[in-house]
Amino acid sequence: MTQLETSQITTVVTEHELHQRWKWYDYFTFNIDHKVIGIQYLVTAFVFYLIGGLMAMAIRIELNTPDADFLDPNLYNAFMTNHGTLMIFMWIVPAAIGGFGNFLVPLMVGARDMAFPKLNAIAFWLNPPAGALLLGSFFFGGSQSGWTAYPPLSLITANTAQTMWILAIVLVGTSSILGALNFVVTILKMKVPSMQWTQMPLFCWAILATSVLALLSTPVLAAGLVLLLFDINFGTSFFKPDAGGNVVLYQHLFWFYSHPAVYLMILPIFGIMSEVIPVHARKPIFGYKAIAYSSLAICVIGLFVWVHHMFTSGTPPWMRMFFTISTLIVAVPTGVKIFGWVATLWGGKIRFTSAMLFAIGLLSMFVVGGLGGVTLGTAPFDLHVHDTYYVVGHFHYVLFGGSVFGIYAGIYHWFPKITGRMMNETWGRVHFALTFVGTHLTFLPMHQLGLQGMPRRVAMYDPQFAGINHICTIGAIVLGISVLPFFFNAIWSWLYGPKAADNPWDALTLEWTTSSPPAIENWEVLPVVTHGPYDYGRTVEVNQTVQTASI
Amino acid sequence: MKQIPLGIVTLIAGILITLISLWVGQNNHLLPEQASAQAPLVDNFFNVMVAIGTALFLVVQGAILFSVIKFRRRRGDNTDGEPIEGSFPLEILWTIIPGIIVIGLGIYSVDVYTEMGGMDAISHHGMTHESMMAQPNSNPIGIGSTPANEGKPPSLVVNVTGMQYAWLFNYPDSNVNTGELHVPVGQDVLLNISANDVIHSFWIPQFRLKQDAIPGQATQLRFTATKTGQYPVVCAELCGGYHGSMRTSVVVHTPEEYDRWLAENRIAQQPEMDRTVAVNP
Repeated sequence: MTQLETSQITTVVTEHELHQRWKWYDYFTFNIDHKVIGIQYLVTAFVFYLIGGLMAMAIRIELNTPDADFLDPNLYNAFMTNHGTLMIFMWIVPAAIGGFGNFLVPLMVGARDMAFPKLNAIAFWLNPPAGALLLGSFFFGGSQSGWTAYPPLSLITANTAQTMWILAIVLVGTSSILGALNFVVTILKMKVPSMQWTQMPLFCWAILATSVLALLSTPVLAAGLVLLLFDINFGTSFFKPDAGGNVVLYQHLFWFYSHPAVYLMILPIFGIMSEVIPVHARKPIFGYKAIAYSSLAICVIGLFVWVHHMFTSGTPPWMRMFFTISTLIVAVPTGVKIFGWVATLWGGKIRFTSAMLFAIGLLSMFVVGGLGGVTLGTAPFDLHVHDTYYVVGHFHYVLFGGSVFGIYAGIYHWFPKITGRMMNETWGRVHFALTFVGTHLTFLPMHQLGLQGMPRRVAMYDPQFAGINHICTIGAIVLGISVLPFFFNAIWSWLYGPKAADNPWDALTLEWTTSSPPAIENWEVLPVVTHGPYDYGRTVEVNQTVQTASI
Repeated sequence: MKQIPLGIVTLIAGILITLISLWVGQNNHLLPEQASAQAPLVDNFFNVMVAIGTALFLVVQGAILFSVIKFRRRRGDNTDGEPIEGSFPLEILWTIIPGIIVIGLGIYSVDVYTEMGGMDAISHHGMTHESMMAQPNSNPIGIGSTPANEGKPPSLVVNVTGMQYAWLFNYPDSNVNTGELHVPVGQDVLLNISANDVIHSFWIPQFRLKQDAIPGQATQLRFTATKTGQYPVVCAELCGGYHGSMRTSVVVHTPEEYDRWLAENRIAQQPEMDRTVAVNP
C-alpha cells in the first residue's frame, strides 16, 4: 500500500511542480487530476441538467391543456424520453458519482489521486460524445420509446435515433463501470494508513456501495441494449415476438440494472447528507456504523427488487409476491439512515447555511418519496397505479427532492473547497425557497392525478384532469425560475466571490485540511488522522487535531 | 409553573398522531369510485398504508420541525452540540419497528392479492381455441379467479386486443366485435388480453385492475363489476405518439340491458360475419 502511494507521488511530482494551479484551459483537456475530472463532470452534468430542464418545461407546457397543442405528439415523446435519459445518465449519475466522487474520495481518504488517473479521464471523456449522440438524435426524430426503451415499440419507432440512444447509454454505462472500478480500488487500497475503517467518511462508504452495485448491474443493461441494437440494425430477433423473441426478457435485463440505478442515484446523495448534516448541525453523525452498513445493505437488497417494475407485465404470481416483499424490505435500511440523520439534528446547534437548508429539505422530501415508494412496492396496489402519474410524482420526490436537492447541498457545501471562493448565502436561501415550494407544487398533485386515473407518458389526457395539471405546470415554472438564482450565484461567486478559508465550515474530514482550492497533489505532506470524521463537540480544537507529518 | 412531564407529552402526541393517521387513512378520498369486486380490497389496503404512512410522516416531519426550531444555533453561539455518537437500543428500535411494519404489509399484500384472484396461477378455463392458437404461451398471466370462484368457468369471456391506438373487444360466444367493452353487472367476466403490435396496458381505474397486453404472451383479467355505469378504459403503457388518446369505455349494464345490447349488436354485425365466412370457408 505504501509502495503504491509512493510511486504515485513520484510520478505526479515529476509531471507537475508542487502547488501549481491549473489554468482555465486545462479543464477542457484530457487532464488526469481527479479534481479537474470532478469539476469537468459537475459542469458538464449541469449543462445537461439545464437542457433536460428545458425539455421538462416544454413537457409541462404541453400538459397545461388536455390536447396536444404545443408539441407534436412524437416530439413530445422524444422530449419525454430524452428528459428522463439526460437527467438520469447525464446529470444525476455523473454529477453525484463522477463529480463529487472524483473530487472528494481521494481528498477524503488522504490520497493524492485516484488509483488509475488515466482510466478516470477516459471515463469522463466517454460522457460528452454520449450527450452529443442524445442531442444529435433529434435530427432523426429523437428516440421516442421512453427511457425504458421497451421493445417492440423501440424496434419500430425512429430507428436511427433509437440506435444513437443505445450507443449513448452504452458509452455512459462503460464510463460508469470504469469509474466504479477506480473508486473500489482507490477506497480499498489508497486510504491513508493512519485512517481506520471506522474513521472513513460516510461519503466514501456510500461511494463504495454505489460502485459495487454499478459493477454488478451495469453489464446486464449493456447486454440488453446490445441485443436491442442487433434487433434494430442487424436482423436478429431476440425481442421480436413474431420471430420467437420474448419482449418480457428485455424488461428483466433492463430493470436488473435500472432499479439498482435508482440506488446509484441516491446512495452517493445519502453520502453527501451524512457529510453535510453533522458539519452544520455541529454534532457527530448519529450511528456511524448503522449508516455505513445500511448503504451496503441497500446495495445487496437493491439487486433483488427489480421485478416490482413489472407487476403488470408478464410476471407470474409468485414473482409478484416475492418481489413485493423484497422491495418492502429496502425501506428498513433506508429508514435507518433517515432516523440517523434526524437524530443527528436533534440536540445539535443547527447552522442554516444554504447547504444545510437543502439537506434538511431533502430529508423532509425523501420521507414523502420513500413512503410513496413503499405503497408502490406492493403488487395489489401497484396494479392500480403502475404507469400512472402516481409513479411520476413518487420518483420525482426521490430523484428531484432527493438526488437534486442532495447535489445542490453538496455544491453549496464544497463550493469553497472546489473553487476557493464562497457562494452568496442570501441568494442560496432564495434558491432553496423557490426550489422547495416548486417541488411540492409540481410533484405532490401528481400523486392524486395517478390515483384518479391519469396514465403517464401521455401528450393528451382526459379533460377532467386539466385543473390539477395546471397546478403542476405552475409548479414546474417556479422550478424553472428557481435555477436562475443558483446559476448566477455560482458563476458570479466563482469569478468574484469572497476568498474562502481552507476550512470555512470548521469541518473535520480530511478534504478541509488542504488549501482551498486544493493544491495539485492535494497535500504537501499527507495528513495523519488522529480523530474520527465527525468528532464535533469534543474539546479538541479543529486546527490542532489534524497534524501533518512527513511520510 | 411546573413543566408537564415528558412521558405525558409523548403519550398525548402518540394518541393524537394515531387518531389523525386513522382519520386520514379512512377519509383521504384520493381514489375514484369503486366499481369492481376487487376495488374495495385494494382501497382498504391503500387506506391502511395511508394511515401507517401518515403516522410515520407526522413523527419524522415533526421531529425535523422540532429540531429545526429548538436546536437552531443562537446568535453568537459558536460552540458545538453534545457529542452523542449513537444509541444502540434506539437504533435497534428503529430497525425493528419498520421491519415489523413492512413484513406485516408484505403478508397483508399477499392476502389481498390472493383475494383479488392474483394467485390463480395457471388458468385452465375460459380460453377459447382461437386465442389458444394465437398465443404461443398458453399460461396466461394476470388476475384470475378469486378463491370464491375457484374452478368455476366464467359467465362471460371477452377477447381484448390492443393495437396502436385502439382496443378491440371480441365476444367469442356471440360473434360480436366492438370498440367498447360491455359487461353485465354482478357477473364473473374473464378478459383474454393480447396485443398485435407493441405492448399496451389495459387499465380500468374504477376497477383498480391493470394488465399489460403483451405481443406473444397471453394475459388475462378476471373480475366482477359491481356498479352499473360507464367507466374509462385507459392504455397505461407507452405505445407510440398517440398513446394518450388510446382510450375507450367500459359500460356496466344490468343483465337485461346487457342482453338487449348483445342482441342488437349480434343482428347488426350478422351480414359482416356472413361475408367473413364466405371469404374464409
